[in-house]
Amino acid sequence: MTEETPAISTGIGADPSGLKGVVTDWSHDRQAFQVPWGKAMMWIFLLSDTFIFSCFLLSYMNVRMTTTVAWPNPSEVFALSFGGQPIPLILIAIMTFVLITSSGTMALAVNYGYRKDKKKTVLLMLATAALGATFVGMQAFEWTKLIVDEGVRPWGNPMGAAQFGSSFFMITGFHGLHVTAGVIYLIVTATRVGTGYYDRHRGGNYEMVEITGLYWHFVDLVWVFIFAFFYLW
Amino acid sequence: MAYVAIADRDHEQPMHEPRSFVTKYIWSQDHKVIAIQYSLTAIAIGLVALVLSLAMRLQLGFPDTLSFITPDQYYQAITLHGMIMVIYLLTAILLGGFGNYLIPLMIGARDMVFPYMNMLSYWVYLLSVLVLCSSFFITGGPTGAGWTLYPPQVILPGTPGSDGGIVLMLLSLVLFIVAFTMGGLNYVTTVLQARCRGMTMMRMPLSVWGIFVATILGLLAFPALLVACIMLLLDSVLGTSFFMPALLSMGEVSEHTGGSPILFQHLFWFFGHPEVYIVALPAFGIISDLVSVHARKNIFGYRMMVWAILIIGGISFIVWAHHMYVSGMNPYFSFFFATTTLIIAIPTALKVYNWVLTLWRGDIHMTVPMLFVIGFIFTFINGGITGLFLGNVVVDMPLSDTYFVVGHFHMVMGVSPILVIFGAIYHWYPKITGRMLNDRLGRIHFWATLFGTYAIYLPMHYLGILGLPRRYYTMGDTSFIPDSAQVMNAGISVAALFVSLVQLIFLFNLFWSRTHGKPSGSNPWKATTLEWQTPQTPPKHGNWGPDLPLVYRWAYDYSVPGAAQDYIPQTMAPEDVPTSDASYHGGEGEHS
Repeated sequence: MTEETPAISTGIGADPSGLKGVVTDWSHDRQAFQVPWGKAMMWIFLLSDTFIFSCFLLSYMNVRMTTTVAWPNPSEVFALSFGGQPIPLILIAIMTFVLITSSGTMALAVNYGYRKDKKKTVLLMLATAALGATFVGMQAFEWTKLIVDEGVRPWGNPMGAAQFGSSFFMITGFHGLHVTAGVIYLIVTATRVGTGYYDRHRGGNYEMVEITGLYWHFVDLVWVFIFAFFYLW
Repeated sequence: MAYVAIADRDHEQPMHEPRSFVTKYIWSQDHKVIAIQYSLTAIAIGLVALVLSLAMRLQLGFPDTLSFITPDQYYQAITLHGMIMVIYLLTAILLGGFGNYLIPLMIGARDMVFPYMNMLSYWVYLLSVLVLCSSFFITGGPTGAGWTLYPPQVILPGTPGSDGGIVLMLLSLVLFIVAFTMGGLNYVTTVLQARCRGMTMMRMPLSVWGIFVATILGLLAFPALLVACIMLLLDSVLGTSFFMPALLSMGEVSEHTGGSPILFQHLFWFFGHPEVYIVALPAFGIISDLVSVHARKNIFGYRMMVWAILIIGGISFIVWAHHMYVSGMNPYFSFFFATTTLIIAIPTALKVYNWVLTLWRGDIHMTVPMLFVIGFIFTFINGGITGLFLGNVVVDMPLSDTYFVVGHFHMVMGVSPILVIFGAIYHWYPKITGRMLNDRLGRIHFWATLFGTYAIYLPMHYLGILGLPRRYYTMGDTSFIPDSAQVMNAGISVAALFVSLVQLIFLFNLFWSRTHGKPSGSNPWKATTLEWQTPQTPPKHGNWGPDLPLVYRWAYDYSVPGAAQDYIPQTMAPEDVPTSDASYHGGEGEHS
């Protein structure tokens, strides 16, 4: 991007060495990161979103400490019975597997996007969206089971601390909204790749695929933390 | 004056000049129009807050005389006044208003990087303001829980607005955070990625630095408020118990159990303390620019100022619990937070020294913006020093929840940033409208506001040391409060009325000068920064005409020895600078 720059000196001297050089380098004119605007913005947004999920998880840990009633055992609550045999956390394990797999298909989509392989990019993005939708579907099943069969409500449940239900619905609900938004985002971007929108408007630049991917990987990563802190603890 | 062709920009997008009235002034994506929309909305809602504060002052100054102010309404006024001032006025006008207007102009960009999202940011902000206002008109009225919205009382029956007002308050806050995030992402990305050629970060005006770091703080601090709002919303609407312990309320056992009210305080202040600096840092930055322009002198210690902003921003995230010394948290926490609180005073004091040193032996022009600068420095030192008292746990304990806190807080976060906002409006109004604000009215406005606010807030420190509790509807007969305190309270109320009326002069000036002010030309203050070098005043859509500016120097080349003029614009190449004698060495910009 610097090759067409005319050689006009703006009075910026050679970079000093050492720590001062680091500052000078980073604060150089025009842009701090050699990435497109959208990508820079997505990174900053994800940083902000990290703080949201951190606050949710820390608050959950806090109320788990302050509540005076025993915390229900997640591996019993989230068990599914097959042939009379309860298997702990089996649904969550499948859900996690589905979501992690979708990260894989997303990474492939980004790769094919940079190779300008339109067909494979679209297919892989739609596969990612389908896996995401599957995840949300299984989450809906899990919620239904908890609400209808086990009588868990946001304000209380028969197994123990009321905060169990409230934290569960709040955190997985907020994450589920993120996944749902991601599925829509994926479908929109895939459609735009497929219909040639980026070829017409962005000079065939598929960087939006990668930006969508950043968001998607983030949502997956957050799930790993929710899985670890809510289901395994 | 040299320009480079726009072809050298990587992201240059075709400019679509808006044609119709609607796309130009209403659904506008132009950062300058959005800035004005933000500012006018913020000022309008700020006037509501001003009226609410008058209602409180009338009640406090003349208890038992005004039958139309009930205790419930008093608490609703307290709550809404605080919330509006801190969030809907100060945050919105400093970041949404000045941030939007100044960032692209000062760094040489054509607009924010995502203009459409920027527009959405304003409209969601407006929606949040409307939701907030709608709570005045529902049964039960707005929430009266105090601006900090502490549970459990915020949702218990008996607190005004506990059934509907609080829900609207929380929804409005959530909307505000969404709006802020959309704008904030724009500001940060624009500063990082869209500067013009030659505009290194270490050449940016300090206004941009202040707004930039404040926006980062906002993006990291508002999440805590968002989470707190969502959880409080669930507690009040769905009956969850995140913040609600089991308790007796009005003789009945509540349905809540096991929640943690302290958790809300931690979340709230994890947002709330950085929020102080979200307001203060843009003010610091703007003051640095104003003091330099009107003292015709480069800002003292520019790099130090930048690092101070960054360090203040960093430390502001680990001082939050100094608002909670009396909350019953572990005393060891208090020790830690008192230490960090006193440490943050160091970079802050450093900035004050640098402003004063910039004034020292400067060619001070006593313009209206300069008056506000000096007023700010005094007020900020005042408020800052009482902050040192409150930062120490043992001193804070007796002073907490007295008028001392009210005095300190209003000095440091009320009067100081508002003086900056006034100064900044007097300073940039010529660029926004092409006309000067009336000077005489400006001077009257300044002196009346400055002395008026001191008459309000200085006595409050004394009342606080007497032990006068804050948030009380009326003081009644209390043995330790002398009768003279009530006289003082009445005096404060009179001063408050006076200051409020004086603001009408300012509003009149704002509208009158729009059409009748003296035409300003493009650079009335002879300032160096880019916004004064635009081809048109007010700047047109796209800001820079066909070519983006090219920056050769830092923003503070004032009174450079040997130069013919006492300022060298950032866009002036070293070889173009007119010199008067051989001592000219090229200005500080050559070294940065």
